[in-house]
Amino acid sequence: MNEKTLKRVDIIFTPEKNYNEVLERTFRRPNSDILNDILDSGLRGRGGAGFPTGMKWKYTADQESENKYVICNADEGEPGTFKDRQILTQVPYKVFSGMAICAKIVGAKEGYIYLRGEYKYLQAEIEEELNIFHQTLDKLKFHFRIYLRMGSGAYICGEESALFESMEGKRGEPRNKPPYPTVSGFRGQPTVINNVETLVYAMMICDMGPEQFKELGSKDSRGSKVFSVSGDTPIAGIYELELGMHLENFVEDFGDGDTKAVQVGGASGFCVPRKKFSDTIIGFEGVPTGGSMKLFNSSRSMYHVLQNYLEFFEEESCGQCTPCRVGCQQLLKGIEAVKKGKKNSAYLDRLIRLATTMKYASKCGLGQSVGNSFVSIVTNFREEMIY
Amino acid sequence: MDEVKALVNGLANKHGRTRESLLPILQGVVDKMRYLSSEAMTEVARELDLSAAQVFGTATFYSFLDTQPRGKYVIRICKTISCDMHGKRDVLQTIEEILKIRIGETTSNRKFTLLETNCLGWCHKAPAMLINDEPYTELNADKVRDIINEYIRK
Repeated sequence: MNEKTLKRVDIIFTPEKNYNEVLERTFRRPNSDILNDILDSGLRGRGGAGFPTGMKWKYTADQESENKYVICNADEGEPGTFKDRQILTQVPYKVFSGMAICAKIVGAKEGYIYLRGEYKYLQAEIEEELNIFHQTLDKLKFHFRIYLRMGSGAYICGEESALFESMEGKRGEPRNKPPYPTVSGFRGQPTVINNVETLVYAMMICDMGPEQFKELGSKDSRGSKVFSVSGDTPIAGIYELELGMHLENFVEDFGDGDTKAVQVGGASGFCVPRKKFSDTIIGFEGVPTGGSMKLFNSSRSMYHVLQNYLEFFEEESCGQCTPCRVGCQQLLKGIEAVKKGKKNSAYLDRLIRLATTMKYASKCGLGQSVGNSFVSIVTNFREEMIY
Repeated sequence: MDEVKALVNGLANKHGRTRESLLPILQGVVDKMRYLSSEAMTEVARELDLSAAQVFGTATFYSFLDTQPRGKYVIRICKTISCDMHGKRDVLQTIEEILKIRIGETTSNRKFTLLETNCLGWCHKAPAMLINDEPYTELNADKVRDIINEYIRK
């Protein structure tokens, strides 16, 4: 490999043995100071949606309620994303500490980690670590407990309101928004729900101060991010990189020399073709991602990729709202019909209109984002859909 | 039946009898029995004072809460794009040949069930599968043959 162009960052996976010192220091500071640091850092949610973390915490802190909750969303289901498991395996105490700091600011007594069923093999280990963490909290005289809840194989439960429904023992069907979780979340109470990685960054900002974090990234995308790199790459794996990078540089570092497209943000993300690598920025000002970066080389059929994604969505759609339930089925049937020659190529334009309708008419992020991959793949690789 | 009753009762004692306890209890039943029989779901409904329809409706939402009889070892092979690109088909074919079952089927001795599943989160080590809760990654025909044979001997 040539020399790497992208700067590697090391914040998330640094050793965590001093986590109790960070907590001790942070617990002594006034809430408003800590919150200002988080706001000042520019940290935005690392699960994909990118909501400013400090604002989420502030809105929840402003609510009056005896029962507030902090929830760590570890239902990492987006195809091509596998960084949260690594974070929970390698630096669990940083995740817990992020939750405890958040609990202090918003005034929560209970926290929950919702871990996807596919990661059940980690359950015993995390529960053991939680016990140790609770002892640390007791020593610091901070009253907060974290409980582990398991998912059972449902992608949609990564959607925050579906996750609450699931934790309440129901089908994981998303709720209408508003009200947002900061007002009415788990058990109808004000709730902060953050991605695993977001919580670790929040804790690290408390450790190192917002300045160091702010220096990284770009104006709209401060800091770094953990990327899950897979597909046609000789070095698949988990990498922490600065946000705001050019996709071209990313492909230079991670591609196999024959990259024809990168799917940024998983099945619900965007497909960027080779000709657009040079003017695509990875970040909230360009193409955002929850971390999934999947490379495809010229041996791959983009029709096959899209078909695989649509099969995924068709199965994982909760079926609650019609645009998503029927839309996913029809998009899949539609591209198969075009491929077989049962429909002419102009039918693809009707399917694009359907995908666009789903974006506006679907109830939650799942149905709203099916069109991202659909439209970007069909538009950029139209000939592969037909021939 | 008594076995199911005792299991559900034990799980309700552990997790509580509120609606929130439903998922942990159903997960507990699947851990032990590998699937939710109608007897088990009716028993859960009785313990939690819910209708059987509510229990069934919740269970069938989740792909890991099977309501069909399953083998002692449930193999779930990832079918999402990275695994698909990196030789999932060979792996699947090898398992089908060894166990003489196809996707969705259970061996006649009720030891293995073969299923497909969506992204397991091991794309960088594709192809991947779960056997019950245990992940296996970077599979190929030889490797999966050894793994399955080991389970056959268990």
